[in-house]
Amino acid sequence: MSLVLEGFLNTVALTLLSFAGAVLVGVPVAVLRIVPVPLLRAVGAVYVEVWRNVPLLAWLVLFVFGLPEVGVTMPLFWTACVAIALYEAAFVAEALRSGVHSVASGQGEAARALGLSFRQSLRHVILPQAGKRVVQPLANIAIALTMATALAGVVGVVDMTRAAQRINLELAQPLLVFTGVGLCYLVMAAGIGFGARALERRLA
Amino acid sequence: MFDAPGPRGRRRILWVSVVSAVVLLGLVVLGLRQFAAGGELDATRWRPYLTWPVWRYLLGGLWSTVVAACATGMLAMAGGLLLALRPNRFTRGYAEVVRTIPVLLLVYVMLFVLPSFGVNLPLFWKLVVPLALSHAASYAVIFRAGVESVDPGQREAGLSLGMADGVVTRFVVLPQAVRHMTPLLVTQAVSLLKDTSLGYVVSYTELLFNGRVLASYNGLLIQTFLVVAFVYLVVNLGLSRLAHRLEASRARTAR
Repeated sequence: MSLVLEGFLNTVALTLLSFAGAVLVGVPVAVLRIVPVPLLRAVGAVYVEVWRNVPLLAWLVLFVFGLPEVGVTMPLFWTACVAIALYEAAFVAEALRSGVHSVASGQGEAARALGLSFRQSLRHVILPQAGKRVVQPLANIAIALTMATALAGVVGVVDMTRAAQRINLELAQPLLVFTGVGLCYLVMAAGIGFGARALERRLA
Repeated sequence: MFDAPGPRGRRRILWVSVVSAVVLLGLVVLGLRQFAAGGELDATRWRPYLTWPVWRYLLGGLWSTVVAACATGMLAMAGGLLLALRPNRFTRGYAEVVRTIPVLLLVYVMLFVLPSFGVNLPLFWKLVVPLALSHAASYAVIFRAGVESVDPGQREAGLSLGMADGVVTRFVVLPQAVRHMTPLLVTQAVSLLKDTSLGYVVSYTELLFNGRVLASYNGLLIQTFLVVAFVYLVVNLGLSRLAHRLEASRARTAR
C-alpha cells in the first residue's frame, strides 16, 4: 500500500515541480521569441523546435543515463523533473507566444501611437489581454504534463504508473490496480481543468 | 508587435545582439568543455556513426517507427472519425477520459493485464493498439472542431439542394473541414511519431529501442542517443515544415 502512496505522491510532485519549471523556462523563451532582436528570436525558435520535435522519452534517457557520463550528477527524481520541465517549456512558450499574437494587432499599434515603449505596451496593453487567453492552453499543457510524468517511470522514478505495474506483479489484481490509477489521473486532470476555469473566470 | 526600429533602436538591437552572442558562445564553449572533459568528444567515440552498418541499423529502426506511426495513424483517424461523426454521451465521454490517461498506462495494460485474460497480441500491436486508442480521442477532438469550423450555411445549402445528410457530410462539409484541419493533423502526426518511442518499453524494434540496443552493444550511450534524437528532429522538423507550408497555402486559398 505504501508503494501506491509513494507513486501517487511522486506523480503529484513531478507534475507540480516540472510545471513550475516549465513556466519558469517557458516565459523567457516566449519573450525571446517576440523581442525585436533577430538573433534572440532565432535562439527562442531553435529552443522550441529542438525540444518539441524529439520524444520526451529520448530526452529522459539522455538526461538520466547520459548526464552522469559527462560529470553532471543529480538525484534521479530531479533529473527527470528537469528533463520534463525543459521539454514542456517549449510547449508553454508556444502557448504564450500564440496568446500574445492573438491580441489584435490594432491594440499594439494603438499603444505605440500613444507613445508607449515596447516594454510598456507589452506590460500594460498586450499581456493583460493575453493573460486570460493563455489559461486554457496552459491548462491543456498541464494535463499533458501530468500524463507525460508517467514516462519518468520508464527511466526508474517510482511514479504512479510504475507503481501500478509493480503492485500488479504482486497482487495480480490488474483490473482493480490499473482502473484505480487511471481514475487518479482522471481526477488530477479534472482538478487542473476546474482550477483553470476558475482562474479564467477571475481574469475575465 | 513593434515598429521598424529607428537609428537609436537599431544601435540598441546591435548591442543586445553582440552581448547575447557572446553569452551564447560562452555557454556553448562551457558545455563543450564539460563534454570534452569526459572524453565524449573523442573522434573514436563518434567514428562509428560515420559507418554504414550503424546507420543501416538506425534507419531500419526509423522504418519500423514510420510503419508503426502509419498503422497507428490510420486506426486512430478511423476511430476519431467514428467518434466525431456520432456525437453522443459515450463518444464525448471517451474522448474526455482517454485524453487524460497516459498512453504508457494503456501500454502496460496491454503488456501485463490482457495476457492474463488470454489476449496476447504480437509486439507490433501491443504498441499500436494503445497508441491508436489514445490518439483516436485526440483525432476526434480535431475532427469535431474542424466540422464545427465549417459555416452551417454550407450544410443547409447542401440539404436544400436535395442532398441526403450523409452526402452533404461527405461531399460538402468534410472537404472544407479537412482544409481547416490540415495543420493540426500534421502537428498530431508529429506527436504520434514521438509516441511510437514507447516501443522502448514494449521492445518493439523502432528507432529509440534500436538506439538502446546499439548503446548497450557499443557502450557509446551519449553519442547514440544524440544521433537518435537528431534523426527524430530531422524527421519531425520535416513534418512541421510541411504543416507551415500547408497553413500558408490555406491562408492564400481561404477567403
